[in-house]
Amino acid sequence: MKPFTSVIAVAAPIDMTNVDTDKIVPARFLRKARGADYGKYLFHDLRYRADGSDNPDFILNQAPYRNAQILVAGDNFGCGSSRESAVWVLMDYGIRSVIAPSFGDIHYGNALQNGLLPVRLADEICKKLRRELHDQPGAQIAVDLEEQTVTGPDSARYRFEIDPGNREKLLKGLDDVALVLQRLPEIEAFEKRYHAEAPWLA
Amino acid sequence: MTTPRTLFDKIWDRHAIVRRDGGEALLHIDRNFVHEGSMFAFGALAREGRKVRKPRQNFAVADHYVPTLGRERGIAGVTDPEVRNMIELLANNARANGVEHFGIDDPRQGIVHVVGPELGITQPGLIVTCGDSHTSTHGALGALAFGIGASQLKQILATQCLWQKKPKRLRITVDGALAPGLSAKDVILAIIAKIGTAGATGYAIEYAGAAIRGLTIEGRMTVCNMSIEAGARAGMVAPDDKTIAYLEGREFSPKGAHWDQAIALWRALPSDGGAVFDREVTLDGSALAPMVTWGTSPEEGAPITAAVPDPAAAASADRRARLEQVLRYMDLAPGTRLQDVKIDRAFIGTCTNGRIEDLRAAAAVLKGRKVSVPSWVSPGSSAVKRQAEAEGLDRIFREAGFDWRASGCSSCVAMNGDIVPAGMRCASTSNRNFEGRQGKGARTHLMSPAMVAAAAVAGRITDVRKLLTQ
Ligand code: SF4
Repeated sequence: MKPFTSVIAVAAPIDMTNVDTDKIVPARFLRKARGADYGKYLFHDLRYRADGSDNPDFILNQAPYRNAQILVAGDNFGCGSSRESAVWVLMDYGIRSVIAPSFGDIHYGNALQNGLLPVRLADEICKKLRRELHDQPGAQIAVDLEEQTVTGPDSARYRFEIDPGNREKLLKGLDDVALVLQRLPEIEAFEKRYHAEAPWLA
Repeated sequence: MTTPRTLFDKIWDRHAIVRRDGGEALLHIDRNFVHEGSMFAFGALAREGRKVRKPRQNFAVADHYVPTLGRERGIAGVTDPEVRNMIELLANNARANGVEHFGIDDPRQGIVHVVGPELGITQPGLIVTCGDSHTSTHGALGALAFGIGASQLKQILATQCLWQKKPKRLRITVDGALAPGLSAKDVILAIIAKIGTAGATGYAIEYAGAAIRGLTIEGRMTVCNMSIEAGARAGMVAPDDKTIAYLEGREFSPKGAHWDQAIALWRALPSDGGAVFDREVTLDGSALAPMVTWGTSPEEGAPITAAVPDPAAAASADRRARLEQVLRYMDLAPGTRLQDVKIDRAFIGTCTNGRIEDLRAAAAVLKGRKVSVPSWVSPGSSAVKRQAEAEGLDRIFREAGFDWRASGCSSCVAMNGDIVPAGMRCASTSNRNFEGRQGKGARTHLMSPAMVAAAAVAGRITDVRKLLTQ
C-alpha cells in the first residue's frame, strides 16, 4: 500500500450529501479490470454528457479544479455498496484524501486499505472549506496525517481524529496480510480451542 | 456476577483472537462468501503467491452477473463475453483454492444472501463476511454478518481473520403487531425513513420487540438486509425457536450430537436482561402503513397515503437544493400523491425480497388479476424457484403477465443486463433507489412484494390493502 504522510494540493468542493458508491462508480463498470485509465470511471454519469463529452457543470471539469487531489464533501460520503472500486477510481483519478463530516462505514475502511485518507471534520468546517474553495477556485488545502490536521485556504487549522492503528498503517504503508500472519501461532491456538467447542464449524 | 452482555458483545468476545487499544480486535471469521465480484481479491491473492487458508470455511456463489434468461443452457447460454469470463473466473478461483462453489448450473445456486441461510451455512453466533454490503442479511439468524471490500476480503481469504474496530450497539425495538397487508419491508423502510441513511453509521443493530419476534426468519432477513441502508454494517435478531426450527435438517446445519451441542450454544446467545446499548430507537409497528420511496436515497420514503414533499417547505437551503435535484431526477411534482404515480415496470426479486414468502405474498395479490406494465420476477435462489413452481406460484405469476425468470441479482443492480431503460419508472422490491442503480436514468421506487404486485396491476403505485379486501 502507498504510504500517506501529508498532501498539499488543490481541493474541490463536492456540494452533495449521501454521495453513494453508485455515483462514485456506476455498477456497469465493476467488471472492468483496473487498467491504466481506471480513473475515467470516477463520477462517470455526473462527469460526462450522454454523447461522452465532458459535462462543464461538473466541478472536476472546471479548469481550476481539474488537478484536485483533495475533495471536500457533505455527510455520508461513500454510502452504499462495498465496492472497493469506489476507492480505486478516486485514487486512480489522483485523489489522495476526502474530507467529509461522515463516511459510509465500508467505504471508510476500504479507503484506509488503499492509502486514501478519509478525514472526518465537523459539518460546519466542511461547509466553510467548501465555501472558501468556491470563492477561491484552485485554492489549496493541506492534510497532514502525522499532525492529524487539515489546513484550509485561509490558514486555519483543524484537528481530526483517526484510530491509532489505522494511522500507523497508513503512515508506514503496511500490508495487513503479512501483519496478521505474524500472529499465526496465536491464531492457530485460538482455532484449536474454538473448534474443539464447535467441531462442525471447522 | 458478570456484567450483562448483548448478543453482539457475546459474538464479538467469542471471536476476538487479539485485542488492541482503541477497541480493535483481530476476529476469527467462521464463514466467508465470495461471488463473481470477488475476482479482484482472488487476483491480488494469486499475485502475492498465497492460497485460501481455510477453504472449508469459504463458499462461492454465482449471482451478480448470471443472466436470468436462457439458463437451461448453463454457461453456454451466457452471451456477453465479459460476463461469461467473470462467471468462469469465479469457478476457476474456487477450484484452484478448494472452495465449494455453487455455480451457474448448480441446483443450489442463488443470491449469496439467500443461499447462505437456506443451506444452513449461516448459523447463530457465527461471524459471517462477504464482499457485499447486504451481508447484514445473515444477521437474521443471530449471526454477526457484515460486508467488506476487496482488500479485507483478500485478508480473510489469506488468513481467515480480520482486524475490525468494535462498532457501538444500537437496539431498534418495534412493538405492536403489523396490520394485514404489511410486511417486513414496510418495517425496515419505516425505520430508515425515521433514522436516515446515516442514522446507524458506526453501529451494529439488534432488532427487537414483538413485531420483530412475530416475523418469520425470512421476514427478519428482509429487515436485517437493509441495515446497511440505515448506515449500519450489521443488523441482527436474537435466535429463538423459529431460528432453530428454520435450521434443522439443512445441508450444512450441524447433525446428530453436534446439533444438540449447537442448540445449547445458540440458546445462550440472546442479550442478557439489563444489557446496555449505546443507543435505543423505538417504533410502533401497529401504526405502520405500506411504505414507498419517492426519492433517490432509501431514507426518502413515506407511507402510501402521503404525498411527494415540496422543496419550498424544506427546513434549510441544503435540504431544498437536495429535494429539487431529487424530484428533477425522479420527474415528480411536489405534492403529487404517491398513489397517483404511474409506473412503467415492476420487478420482484433480490436478496431483500426474493424468498418464497415474498413470492407467496405477491402471488396472493396477483391471483386472478392482470398486470398493466412489463413485469418480471427473479426468485432469490434456484431452490426458491423450484419451491414456487411446486406450489404453482409460477402459474399465477405467468397468468397475471409476469415474466418468470431464473435466479440472480437481476435488476437490483442490473449488472447482468436486466436494465430498466432510462426515464422509466420501476416499482421494485430491491433495496437501493440510487440514481442509475437499475440502469442509467432509471427511476426506482422501493416497496414490498405485495405493493409491487399491486402497482403492476394498477399501473401506478397503489395501496395494496385495497386490493386485499376486494
Ligand atoms: S440482490 Fe442486489 S443487493 Fe442483493 S447481493 Fe445482489 S446486487 Fe447485492
